[in-house]
Amino acid sequence: MLEFLESITGVPTPLLFGQLLLGLINGAFYAMLSLGLAVIFGLLNIINFTHGAQFMMGAFVAWMLLNWLGLGYWWALLLAPLIVGATGVIIERTMISRLYKLDHLYGLLLTFGIGLMIEGVFRNEFGSSGLPYRIPAELQGAWDLGFMFMPIYRGWVVLFALICCLATWLVIEKTRLGAYLRAATENAALVQAFGVNVPRMITLTYGAGVALAALAGVLAAPIYSVNPQMGTNLIIVVFAVVVIGGMGSILGSVLTGFGLGIIEGLTKVYWPEASATVIFVIMAIVLLTRPAGLFGRA
Amino acid sequence: MASETTAGTIAPATSADGVWGFSRAQLAALGVLIAFLAIAPFFLYPVFLMKLLCFALFACAFNLLIGYVGLLSFGHAAYFGMGGYIAGYTAKAYGISPEIAVLAGAAVAGIQGWVFGWIAIRRQGIYFAMITLAMAQMVYFFCVQAPFTGGEDGIQAIPRGSLFGSISLASDMTMYWFVAAVFLIGFLLVHRIIHSPYGQVLKAIRENEPRATSLGYRTDDYKLVAFILSATLAGVAGGVKSLVFGIATLTDVHWSMSGEVVLMTLVGGLGTVFGPVVGAAVIVTMQNYLAEMGAWVTVIQGAIFVAVVLAFRRGIVGEIAHALRVKL
Repeated sequence: MLEFLESITGVPTPLLFGQLLLGLINGAFYAMLSLGLAVIFGLLNIINFTHGAQFMMGAFVAWMLLNWLGLGYWWALLLAPLIVGATGVIIERTMISRLYKLDHLYGLLLTFGIGLMIEGVFRNEFGSSGLPYRIPAELQGAWDLGFMFMPIYRGWVVLFALICCLATWLVIEKTRLGAYLRAATENAALVQAFGVNVPRMITLTYGAGVALAALAGVLAAPIYSVNPQMGTNLIIVVFAVVVIGGMGSILGSVLTGFGLGIIEGLTKVYWPEASATVIFVIMAIVLLTRPAGLFGRA
Repeated sequence: MASETTAGTIAPATSADGVWGFSRAQLAALGVLIAFLAIAPFFLYPVFLMKLLCFALFACAFNLLIGYVGLLSFGHAAYFGMGGYIAGYTAKAYGISPEIAVLAGAAVAGIQGWVFGWIAIRRQGIYFAMITLAMAQMVYFFCVQAPFTGGEDGIQAIPRGSLFGSISLASDMTMYWFVAAVFLIGFLLVHRIIHSPYGQVLKAIRENEPRATSLGYRTDDYKLVAFILSATLAGVAGGVKSLVFGIATLTDVHWSMSGEVVLMTLVGGLGTVFGPVVGAAVIVTMQNYLAEMGAWVTVIQGAIFVAVVLAFRRGIVGEIAHALRVKL
């Protein structure tokens, strides 16, 4: 069976599946981050350029909780999104909320500036080299799947990201809160007229989107080294993912994120030099054929 | 997005006051600028001034898009950096004279702007910014791997050569006059474009694109030409910069360079003629004085972004013009 697969794909099976798994993991991060961006964009109409920095803060808060307070991975998974989300709430209340009446591009510029500040502060404090974060004891080791060794932690990341995305979808599509949110996305003034506190909802939505980024950061901490630049390079790719998927649908964001991660992984097998640029090329092709994005509304 | 800073200031192409579309206040400012260019190298370090002028030209090119068409390109480093690489490579590998090298860099940047602009103008606003950023990141990865760029080392020891094959640019003073001339030509060119009938249509698109369309203008074509012009000028700025310093590196194609040119234009004043020059002067000077502070420069730049967006959206020149009730 494996020999047969090798003869079709032309590459050693462990290499193929290894890269596929790596692609799935990258896809998990793309999905979680683009989901947060889409939720924020839906209600606030701004692209949150700070998203990458907030992803990085999630990883750093996990590191600080462990090294300064002795609180391990499972605590970080709970606390880091809350802490970073709270900073997001402060940012929204003190700064972003002043811009809603202006051109949306000012929101982009503001959040870009905030992102620079956060990244600079962390670089001053921790340097650029990166800090290690150990995989929690419960998730160490690997399963032998027959055709490859699957590190348990990596499987966990993919599974947990899927659960997060599904939970977000359930909240937005199936709960009363989500119904308010969708209604406010369509027409905020009308929802406010019905007595819903829209400004508070906007603040909490921003906080939730940021918390999702921080959660992705905690998941990423044991895989990538924790360093101040980890978010910025990722977020540019996520922007391309958002353009490809369009920000109209939640499941669309998730599907696009995972799909592009897998494509990127496969490119690493067959044409390693192109793996850094393949997502941008796909973005160009999608723009030429379907400008609104695969799942977007024009 | 510059509409609120310049609302109601659209002058007809042939404004009665002033020369070449410059108002009286602008002529005075232009006089100050030219006087500064003439005197400055005798008081200030010429290499610093040349760096400043390269960035000023880069910011003017960027301002053509954001200030007059309302398009926020977040990937202008791609054209600036590529202009630098091509000019540096052709000057070093083929030993061609500097003006041809810069033109080669500008041409490649312009073609690149044509392709990327053609793709990016399919979307507007925030999407346009994200697409241009992503395209520029693609160029960055290309430059990391392409053999002619020298990867992490960049292209080093680029010769300045002799202008038109006869005037050696080896001395900083001679090079300065060349750079100052290129800057001034580029600056006046941007001004001329803005005040041409074509420029008036660009402003109409900025103010109300559906209306411009309904008046029969193919707005996408206008935007694309503006994008190509802006990319080409950015390529000129990058090409001259690589000749000045004799080096072309990945720094100039990195996304942070795209952010810097946005910051310069924003600080100086979006949609003002002299704003990008002042903004470039402020930011380059700041970087020069704070160079040893490392990552704090990033923090300060971020803080300036936040402060300008929240409290100071007209920028320095915009505020002065507003206070004096003139156009600058």
